[in-house]
Amino acid sequence: MADTSELVDRLLAGDRRALARVLSLVENDTPAGREALRVLYPRGGRAHTIGITGPTGSGKSTLAACLGQEFRRRGRTVGIVAVDPTSPLSHGAILGDRIRMQELASDTEVFVRSMASRGGLGGLAPATAEVVAVLDAAGKDVIIIETVGAGQDEVEIAGSAMTTIVVVPPSSGDDIQAMKAGIIEIADILVVNKADLPGASAAAIHLESLAGFAPPEARAAPVLCTVATRAEGISALADATEEHRAYLESSGRLAPHLRGRARAQVLSALRQAVEERVLASKDGRLEAAVQAVYERRIDPRSAAMALLGEP
Amino acid sequence: MTSERPIRVLVAKPGLDGHDRGAKIVARALRDAGMEVVYTGIRQTPEMIAEAALQEDVDAVGLSILSGAHLELFPRVIAALKERGIGPDDVLLIAGGIIPDDDIPVLKAMGFKGVFGPGADTREIVDFVRKNVGQAVG
Repeated sequence: MADTSELVDRLLAGDRRALARVLSLVENDTPAGREALRVLYPRGGRAHTIGITGPTGSGKSTLAACLGQEFRRRGRTVGIVAVDPTSPLSHGAILGDRIRMQELASDTEVFVRSMASRGGLGGLAPATAEVVAVLDAAGKDVIIIETVGAGQDEVEIAGSAMTTIVVVPPSSGDDIQAMKAGIIEIADILVVNKADLPGASAAAIHLESLAGFAPPEARAAPVLCTVATRAEGISALADATEEHRAYLESSGRLAPHLRGRARAQVLSALRQAVEERVLASKDGRLEAAVQAVYERRIDPRSAAMALLGEP
Repeated sequence: MTSERPIRVLVAKPGLDGHDRGAKIVARALRDAGMEVVYTGIRQTPEMIAEAALQEDVDAVGLSILSGAHLELFPRVIAALKERGIGPDDVLLIAGGIIPDDDIPVLKAMGFKGVFGPGADTREIVDFVRKNVGQAVG
């Protein structure tokens, strides 16, 4: 195993292979990955993180690739984290997002990393935030996070990214109706992709009309039409993401958003740390508690509190 | 820790083959064996494959060619990997596709540890990857 601090130094010097290795160590939650993150986390915080979510087949990967290219044209360095689902049966995964990202392959200033969801249920993988933090520390100006195909409930991305783009395919108002209470709500920008297909303008009008139901203090998400396979509408989308970040800053909403994210990350790490501590102590108290709950002599919460040494 | 870490494999098709049924079957078999398979699709240049292998930090790279261009393109993939500091000891190289018996020793000398042609049992490929992926990771 390469020495961690040497690996981190190489990463900070721009070595792409060192970056790739550190991402693996972090994704696998190894001691070396934790050490790397300890050093790297304070060095991040400058990147504009942009989430792209939406139903399967709406064109998230193609859109992520186009948007990445557009930011490259604007002189930014780009990281893309693309999450695909882990099979609940085999725990394997096919990570196919690169298929739609061929145009980026020759640009070494774009770093694309595929992640399997590994049991994450919010559209992201358990270590996506850490992987983004490493890309941030590596100096990527823009980091695009593509979720697994999401429907109504996979809203974790909104807490992770500064700007959340929700992509919908052209479809009937009824379909959008069905998504209304879920991912549509978290959109900072709404995109009707595949806008060359019938139904696109109706879908866009329908999405715009939803803004009328939002509370007055909320910023209405702009609705844009794109044809990602022909790179149409991408420049306007890049403009909209930059305008959204500028809005967060000028309205004073960025700091609370980032503090909220920090809070969620600390609480998540705390849960993990407590669980690890209990699992690591092999004194049999955990198994005894499991048995007691199984036999219904005690309820799960009381058993957990007892394990923590509290009455 | 190592046993819990999924093996990551890149499956890629250099060259101009129009279909990728074999590569997809292998990708699927590896997934069903619990591996994380980065699949990049058809018509990949050697540089695209090497860059994907680098960024994804894979343990193994499986290349498939049906057209007969393997002796032409496989060395170029190996060269593109080397340019990025990835040698045959860093990543397990596997070749697949329509490969004449006479070419197998040539590919092995190039650094391909496994060569699997038509009719290869996917279980054999899975076992091969499991056995040969380095333990020194992570």
